[in-house]
Parts: sequence; C-alpha cells; structure tokens
Amino acid sequence: MFLPGDWFNLLKKIMATENSLQSYELMLILTPVLSDEEYKTTQKKYADFIKENGGTVIHQDAWGLRSMAYPIAKKTTGLYFVMEYKAPSDTNAKLEIQMNRDEAIMRHMVTRLDKYAEAYNLRKRNKNATTENAS
Amino acid sequence: MAKQNEIKFLTSQRVEKRQKKYCRFKKMGIRYIDYKDGEFLKKFLNEQGKMLPRRISGNSLKYQRKVSQAIKKARQMAILPYVTDLLK
Repeated sequence: MFLPGDWFNLLKKIMATENSLQSYELMLILTPVLSDEEYKTTQKKYADFIKENGGTVIHQDAWGLRSMAYPIAKKTTGLYFVMEYKAPSDTNAKLEIQMNRDEAIMRHMVTRLDKYAEAYNLRKRNKNATTENAS
Repeated sequence: MAKQNEIKFLTSQRVEKRQKKYCRFKKMGIRYIDYKDGEFLKKFLNEQGKMLPRRISGNSLKYQRKVSQAIKKARQMAILPYVTDLLK
C-alpha cells in the first residue's frame, strides 16, 4: 500500500514532528533566603535561558513564599516558580546542568505537557485573568 | 411449608441498594490532572497521606494512573507530604 510518494510524506511528517517544539512546564523551589530582587533575577535567568536555546516562554507564574509539606534542606518554606514553555528537545538537558549548578535552587522538576495539559493551563489562565479584571 | 410471601417479619426487612461507583474523571470529562493542585489531590489520599485504592475511589484504571502520577509529582515538590498524621 505504500507508494514512494507516501514514504516521502511520512518522512516529511517525521521531520516535522522532530522540528516542532514540545511543551514543558518547569517548577522550581528556591531557598527562602533570597531577596525579592534575587528572586526576580533568577526567574528572568531561566526565562532568558529558554529563549536563548530557541524556545518560547508561554507563561510565568511566581507563587512566592509557600510553606512546604515537609522540610527540604532544613527549610520549611520555599519560593515557588512555575514556567510553561515550548523548547527543542535538547534544551532540558542543558537546563538541568544549569539548575544543578545553581545554589539557590533546592528542587526542580520539568514536566512534559500533553495537549490536554496545555488546554487545562490555558483555561486556568483565562479564568484567573477574568477574575482579576472583575475584582 | 410457608411460601416466601407469607413469611412475616417483625421489623421491616432492609435491603441496602448501594449506588454504583463511577469514575469521576470520565463522568465530568476531565482529561488532565494537575499536580499543582494539592487540595484536589487530597481527595485521593487517606489520613496518613497514602493513596486510596481504586476499589474505594472508583477511578478507572486510566485515570487512577494519572492521579498516581500527579500525586507522586506533588510529593516530590513538597505540595503533598509523603507521610503524615491527620492530613484532613
């Protein structure tokens, strides 16, 4: 059933999926000893890192200081930072090296988002935006 | 011998009809379970912070798997505790 033309299309499709960007979500827990300014520069640093590596930042969300369910590095609170972005697949390995080197980061996690997750995040953002405008 | 319908009981017989369990994700059409929403995930934990089995929560296998992944992620990021007493 496969004609030469079909093979070509299939190959094109595979190439396209390889080149297209995958959505990810990064969550960081930073040490609570950081000042507001340091917190902001750290956020900017990782947003810029994504942009430098050919990705796009979709949304940034700084949760701020939050108490954690259990102590990490003898600290009971942490500065949370969540960022949704699209990036080529080799970015995350580079990003992880950066994050491991960073003393301010207590814990980090990158989650791969499927299409339902993207839709969920988008809906949540729109909801928050409307409530903010109303209040 | 007395027939079945002739037998009289002093107290009325209770026949418990339990409602059938259902998967809330399938019913409500929820496709993604957010690990960042700790309050929602607490519905699937017992007081010690352990995950509830499928036979109690009624989740379908597909969504139980997603719930478990979300809970484990939330635990890693200290949104939910690994072990605790009196979670609720």
